[in-house]
Amino acid sequence: MEEMNDPNAARKAWMSLLAKSDAVTLVQLWGEIRIAPEFSYLRAPEIGGVMVRGRAGAVGSAFNLGEMTVTRCSVKLISGVVGHAYVQGRDKEQARIAALVDALMQTKEAAVVQAAVIDPLTDIRRSSQVSRAAKAAATKVDFFTMVRGED
Amino acid sequence: MYVAVKGGEKAIDNAHAWLAEERRGDTSIAELSVPQIREQLALAVNRVMAEGSLYDPDLAALAIKQSRGDLIEAIFLIRAYRTTLPRFGGSCPVDTEQMICDRRVSATFKDAPGGQVLGPTFDYTHRLLDFKLAADGEVPQAPTATTAQPDTPHIMSFLDRENLIQTEPEGPETPPDLTRSPLELPATRALRLQALTRGDEGFILGMAYSTQRGYARNHAFVAELRIGAVSVEMDIPELGFAIDIGEVTLTECETVNQFQGSKTEPPQFTRGYGLVFGMTERKAISMALVDRALRWKELGEDNVGAPAQDEEFVLYHADNIQATGFLEHIKLPHYVDFQSELELIRRLRREAMGEQEAAE
Repeated sequence: MEEMNDPNAARKAWMSLLAKSDAVTLVQLWGEIRIAPEFSYLRAPEIGGVMVRGRAGAVGSAFNLGEMTVTRCSVKLISGVVGHAYVQGRDKEQARIAALVDALMQTKEAAVVQAAVIDPLTDIRRSSQVSRAAKAAATKVDFFTMVRGED
Repeated sequence: MYVAVKGGEKAIDNAHAWLAEERRGDTSIAELSVPQIREQLALAVNRVMAEGSLYDPDLAALAIKQSRGDLIEAIFLIRAYRTTLPRFGGSCPVDTEQMICDRRVSATFKDAPGGQVLGPTFDYTHRLLDFKLAADGEVPQAPTATTAQPDTPHIMSFLDRENLIQTEPEGPETPPDLTRSPLELPATRALRLQALTRGDEGFILGMAYSTQRGYARNHAFVAELRIGAVSVEMDIPELGFAIDIGEVTLTECETVNQFQGSKTEPPQFTRGYGLVFGMTERKAISMALVDRALRWKELGEDNVGAPAQDEEFVLYHADNIQATGFLEHIKLPHYVDFQSELELIRRLRREAMGEQEAAE
């Protein structure tokens, strides 16, 4: 919402989606688009950790909650366009593909990649959220306070 | 002083080979796969992630398999692996208000804005063994309901509007990290929360229970307990902006506690906070109670000498890997150590007996 005027909003959205994608699904979708761009690594896929932080009382000072595994990768297309990826987990292939997708999304191939990778990932994510939300909604509860006899 | 021993290599190798065989168990029974553990022993996986202090369900499941279900051993494996990872950075503090809640309950407000959802809970089950699970059973489909996803503001924020609740002080954006520098006392709240969230569930539970039984009682109500998925955002230097780098399931517990006021604070409610990786609500509630008990000094309360108020006691004994490391090392060879003890006792006895004889 606050990103209405953010020039990076679109890129931020697809990179965030790729980070949270399922590795198997991403590899599969990428396999279907048959684009094999020539590229070199600026940073070969690398597994590491990120310290996840929270806030005391949800609103106060920051504290360290624990780490999560993340794999990052940076690529450079022959055209010079650079793609970066940070994806959750330890799948180097997922990170490589995510970096290539990020690069291609900045080129004239963007529409193809959008339709073949980003849109399906968005749909999968949305439908899994809707399905969980529907199950949660079925457990919505209304508690009633009983009148106590002894009072 | 510990003096090392050598030898026994062959026996050790053979012991480990036998361990591998015992781990597998009866080979006529199907082997467990890591995804099976991840999916079907999810709460064990969550505990290993929380106390191993590394969110990675596949690794936690692997550790559980390798440790034959010994969760502290599994946590040890995860802690050891964690130290091999290069640290890419620290995330922005997660925004739990934006959590997509599987579960959200309040013990203080029955009409919580955004509604209460029970989620997949053990609450209200009868704790009777379900023998259907012993046979291969069909899983019934969970019922669904359509709903517009409501906003789920923190329930505590409503008390905040009335100034009935203590406000949470701000702190540095880069909190101290006890995985990088040793814990020093007095600890900041940020350090305490880090130690509690990775602390042993049983220990934190016991400490929390002691406050309920009267050792620094603080009358906690669960204002809100929520479980769900939260995006993790991090600033990426090479981009110059932040992106989500993943999504974690968290359990958050906020307690509201009675407070009569003190020399420095007016009568108001105070708060305890629990935030833990995974679906781990027993731990999150326990953490909130212990957090609150440890805040006695900043709230100007009396130290009644209760164990849960003693941060040195709580923080130095909450970590089950430190504890088990020190505890279990005493079973390893201490022959030289013990030899000197033996000689000392013999000498003392000789002297004592000599004195006795002299006296007679």
